Amino acid sequence: MLTILFDGIAYGMLLFVLACGLSVTLGLMNFINLAHGAFAMAGGYCSVILVNRMGVPFALGLPIAFLVTALLGGVFERTLYVHVYARSHLDQVLFTIGLVFMSVAGVDYVMGSSQQFVRIPEALQGQFNVFGIGMGKYRLLIIVICGLLTIALQLMLSKTRFGSRLRAAVDDQRVARGLGINVGAVFGITFAFGSGLAGLGGALGAEILGLDPTFPLKYMIYFLIVVTVGGTSSITGPFLASILLGIGDVAGKYYVPKLGAFVIYAIMIVVLILRPQGLFARSAAR
Amino acid sequence: MTAVAALSEDVSTYLARRARWSPLEIAFWVFAFATIWLFPGKYLILKDTAILALFALSLDLILGFAGILSLGQAAFFGFAGYFTGLAAKYGVINEPVVALVLAGVVAATLGFVTSFLVLRGSDLTRLMVTLGVSLMLGEVANRYSDITGGADGLQGVTIAPILGVFRFDLYGHNGYVYCLIVLFVCFVIARRIVYSPFGLSLRAVKGNSLRASAVGIPVNGRLVAIYTVSAAFAGMAGALLTQTTAFCSLDVFSIDRSADLLLVLIIGGTGYLYGGLIGAVIYRFMQDYISTLTPQYWQFWIGLMLVGIVLVGRERIGGWNEALRAAISRFFARFVSRSATLGAAAPDGG
Repeated sequence: MLTILFDGIAYGMLLFVLACGLSVTLGLMNFINLAHGAFAMAGGYCSVILVNRMGVPFALGLPIAFLVTALLGGVFERTLYVHVYARSHLDQVLFTIGLVFMSVAGVDYVMGSSQQFVRIPEALQGQFNVFGIGMGKYRLLIIVICGLLTIALQLMLSKTRFGSRLRAAVDDQRVARGLGINVGAVFGITFAFGSGLAGLGGALGAEILGLDPTFPLKYMIYFLIVVTVGGTSSITGPFLASILLGIGDVAGKYYVPKLGAFVIYAIMIVVLILRPQGLFARSAAR
Repeated sequence: MTAVAALSEDVSTYLARRARWSPLEIAFWVFAFATIWLFPGKYLILKDTAILALFALSLDLILGFAGILSLGQAAFFGFAGYFTGLAAKYGVINEPVVALVLAGVVAATLGFVTSFLVLRGSDLTRLMVTLGVSLMLGEVANRYSDITGGADGLQGVTIAPILGVFRFDLYGHNGYVYCLIVLFVCFVIARRIVYSPFGLSLRAVKGNSLRASAVGIPVNGRLVAIYTVSAAFAGMAGALLTQTTAFCSLDVFSIDRSADLLLVLIIGGTGYLYGGLIGAVIYRFMQDYISTLTPQYWQFWIGLMLVGIVLVGRERIGGWNEALRAAISRFFARFVSRSATLGAAAPDGG
């Protein structure tokens, strides 16, 4: 029971790190980015190449995956995404789905369609037993890393100058621009950072989520659930939503395996009907 | 009072003028039916095209005319597909036409029930809810594999001859003719809907739903109605696929299917009914061509095309398309008026 809870929290934390970049892009630019999973996949494959083929230590592979994906995200944002912000939602959906298709086929071409695993150091395998609760070491590591990241993100948003600019831009882009905040630059940096986080999540989660070329399509819906259920106006909303989703999914698959992901989709639809703005959205922010 | 009467007179003459079949449209359908004799070796791909066209037509009704962004049309497609397959497998309804109509009704019911989900929220919420519904159905079909056959697909479906006379032959001749006729009938119905006052009110809703409700259009009612009709069409497309292939697999619920459908509509252009049909023809033959070049990676080129279309601008592509249509219909109008000296008013290009 508690093991399920523990696994669920680890899974949820992972989902949060994967999806929080998406929530900011959606909240800030009202931009529907279905290709967010592609960056996560890029991070995953990056760590596979680094750790398995080039023998880079796992602990070093993670930050490199973060940097590479952030760079990738930044380049894509400046060259391609920037043209699509002002377009209709239909255009955005088409554009990002096109990117997903390209990434799926491209990765298939380069890396093959089989599932990949990152070689994890010996020290992180196996599990602890604390008060009869089996805790996987690797999952514990995920919780620690993601927890630290969440706290860091929260501090960054609430304490730093950049964070307050970002919050201002999310709340009211026009006024923020009028006050002299360069919303485009703020957004570019945030996008790159969010992509980097997704890449880090992909690298960390390759073990749990599985990594193959269909990753962006398979997990797209999960990221979107986190964002829509959690709302886009804060960081705590998506965080709680992803923890809930993680626990719900793990428990659902454990207790009613016959229904599988059905439970999650059903919950999402019910939540969206009752609260179209998300479960934790501030009422009528705009 | 008289002003109102004059206005409704105006509207009905406007609608009647728009609803007139232009020579270009007639030529389109004559050619479509001529393909039965023109390309006898291509029945399979032509049949797929006809089904895809019907499916795209269903999306065009809600996206192009009512402005509902949906990634979940596959839900109705798959639901009706499995319905038809199961009904035929267990010998409940074997006759294809009856099964087709019933599949349409079943899909419409599902559409009606789920339509209340798309009334609320923004584009993203709608996207998620429609996607969620089709994923949910796919998950259900996957889990109850003892009924649906799961990942192996539904096998052992035997479809009776159409109207008890025309058997589905190996070359797909009868299957293609059947699909084409169904497509045509559905198209005529869709055309009637679109050029009715109801269709006009849908356009108003798409343009600005707040103002539409201010002039007295029951926005939600209209959206529910068109969503239901669209679901019926999508369901019929799914039923056609099951009937002509005597097979149904989980693939009918996949998100790729809904995404491809968007691409089809974008290639052809939204909001003038023929977009789906033309887009289906271009898309299907292009896919066939690319997948013979690179069987495994054709998705890449599809994706590249989507990205390209958006970056170039849909309006520009649509504009090119519109200009071409206007030119052709001007040409036809001149041709007709000269040959028949009827002095018919020029059809205003859709």
